[in-house]
Amino acid sequence: MHAGLEHYLTVSFLLFSLGLLGVILRRNLLVIYMSLELMLNAANLALVSFSRFNDNLNGQVLVFFIITVAAAEVSVGLALIVALYRRRQSAHVEDLTTMKL
Amino acid sequence: MKLEALPWIILFLPLLATAVITLFTLRCRTKSSLISISAVVAGFILSLVYIHANGWHSEHTETARTWLSIGDLHADFGLKLDALSLMLLLIVTGVGGAIHIYSFGYMHEDKSMARFFAFLSLFTFSMLGIVLSNNFLQMFIFWELVGVSSYLLIGFWFEKPSAGDAAKKAFITNRLGDFGFLLGILMVWGLLGSLNFGVLEAVMKANPAALGCCATLAGLLIFCGAMGKSAQFPLHVWLADAMEGPTPVSALIHAATMVAAGVYMLCRTLFLFDADALHVIAYIGGFTALLAALIAVQQNDIKRILAYSTLSQLGYMVMAVGLSGPTPAMFHLTTHAFFKALLFLGAGSVIHGLHEEQNIWKMGGLKKKMPVTFWTFIIGTLALSGVPPFSGFYSKDSIFAQALHQHHYVLFTVAVLVAALTTFYMFRLFFVAFLGEPRTEQARHAHESPKVMTLPLVALAVFAVIGGFIGIAGLYAAQFQLEGESLTLAQQFLEPLHAPFALACGLGAVIVGLIAAFILYKKAATDPLPARLGWLSRAMRDRFYFDEIYQATFIRAHDFIASVCDLFDRWIVEGACIGLVRGGTDLTGRALRLAQTGNLQTYALLFALGVALVLYFALGK
Repeated sequence: MHAGLEHYLTVSFLLFSLGLLGVILRRNLLVIYMSLELMLNAANLALVSFSRFNDNLNGQVLVFFIITVAAAEVSVGLALIVALYRRRQSAHVEDLTTMKL
Repeated sequence: MKLEALPWIILFLPLLATAVITLFTLRCRTKSSLISISAVVAGFILSLVYIHANGWHSEHTETARTWLSIGDLHADFGLKLDALSLMLLLIVTGVGGAIHIYSFGYMHEDKSMARFFAFLSLFTFSMLGIVLSNNFLQMFIFWELVGVSSYLLIGFWFEKPSAGDAAKKAFITNRLGDFGFLLGILMVWGLLGSLNFGVLEAVMKANPAALGCCATLAGLLIFCGAMGKSAQFPLHVWLADAMEGPTPVSALIHAATMVAAGVYMLCRTLFLFDADALHVIAYIGGFTALLAALIAVQQNDIKRILAYSTLSQLGYMVMAVGLSGPTPAMFHLTTHAFFKALLFLGAGSVIHGLHEEQNIWKMGGLKKKMPVTFWTFIIGTLALSGVPPFSGFYSKDSIFAQALHQHHYVLFTVAVLVAALTTFYMFRLFFVAFLGEPRTEQARHAHESPKVMTLPLVALAVFAVIGGFIGIAGLYAAQFQLEGESLTLAQQFLEPLHAPFALACGLGAVIVGLIAAFILYKKAATDPLPARLGWLSRAMRDRFYFDEIYQATFIRAHDFIASVCDLFDRWIVEGACIGLVRGGTDLTGRALRLAQTGNLQTYALLFALGVALVLYFALGK
């Protein structure tokens, strides 16, 4: 069986949904962070598949761009989480409600 | 026109004095009063210089600067300098100057003398503004300024509640009249397209029906202004209460000048009034004269008697205007300014000498103790009563003659009756307060006032004697373009003989009043009238219950409307409109607050839902 665009997109959609569910449901900040990365990569997968099937390299260029941004974002985000953990001795989202008035 | 700058200087000198006093010398009593006095005396001298250079009737009588110009409306700030305004200029600065000098003695003990003189100068400025205005708009501004300065001066002793109330009453009553005045001015401007007196007169002369069907209404609305300022019925109630102010103020504002402004304004704009309006004006004047004279008969406060007498004389003047006789009206205004200022200053001198005693039944026997006051006061009394050859006789006689000439026999009878009453109440005052034995300790220890107070009395007394035949009436007659021939002194002296019937009636009235007062009051220890007249005397003493009637009707109605407005404001505006908006915002805020949980994942869920929703609308259709 030959794999078509819709198969790739289905996988991408599943990955994205899993990531979203992870962000919404998981409690640990690190896991939420991983879920975010998962969503980014689902988007990357979709872009690459469009690029492949449409014979257009624009999508792949965009993927490199996303990977670069994601790398930068991860370094900042992880640093924030480490700093937060040092201060609060916890990395659970329920404990982070100080922004509420 | 020669010396064109002089009138401007005369007008603004008192304002300058006010500014200097309030800004710099408020702590220095003598300096402040000297500044104020020199401003008005300099005004008097400069007026004489101006009249000497230009004569009474010069070719060009106006000098103006453009003040504002918006679309069709061109308002000048201008001065009108004809015989009418020049004569009043002399009265305001001359009589005003005498009163300023007198005040220096009268107010000497008062701790806020500097403030008094600042107000007095402000008043002089406003009054000169009215007199010199060449258009309605400017006149209205000064008209209001006079109202304000009168308010300040009546309420000068504001720590007394009665003075504060009197000041408010005067101001509000005047505002009522001024409202009509303003409507009248707008009406004239709308119909004739100009506010300048000269232009208006030319328009009305070219086309007497220019005001059309609104002529009577416009005339009566303008008369409303005079009704307030000159205290005519039904707005006469403020003048007697205004006597709460210091006595020089009563003399200057509420006898000689401010109350004359209404009559002056009527004479200045006489061309605007049609026959019906003049008819109403004449009868209101006559009624006021009679009413006030009756009230004056049973007053016991020396200043109140004079106040009601002023009302009554103002009624005469307004009546004369209504009989289309501006000359007798202005003539009486002028002589009245002399002798009524004299009488008030004399009364002030008596009050001063008796340590603030105002009840005439607690005076008596002042002839020996206060000779100058006594002699000048009797001159004032004779002039006011209309005894020949004092000034009041001539002016009053010209009013009688005017009434006869116009065949208004009702008004003529009223005028003669009022003349008898005037003589009666003035000699009642005179017999009780000055003759007989001293009735109280204070009267026994009375003392003559200082020179600074008696000299103005003497100066005014001279004019109260000779004012009738020194050509004042001729000046006004020439101004109003009636018989223009100039009379010699002797001819003027015998002028009343031209209307022998009026002369005889006037003299008869004086004699009747004098004899009645002599019989009743020559030796009276208490007032015999209440026993003889019963309820009528009580009604006269209580001013025919006008204050009570107004209290029960207008003030009650006003309070009712005010409370309805208060309820509307409290429940509809404040409660419904503002309350709904405020409550709604509050409630929405509280509801939206529930959405802010602080939980990161709730936000993420909502964010995702939002994106899904946007995607659905963007792509789903």
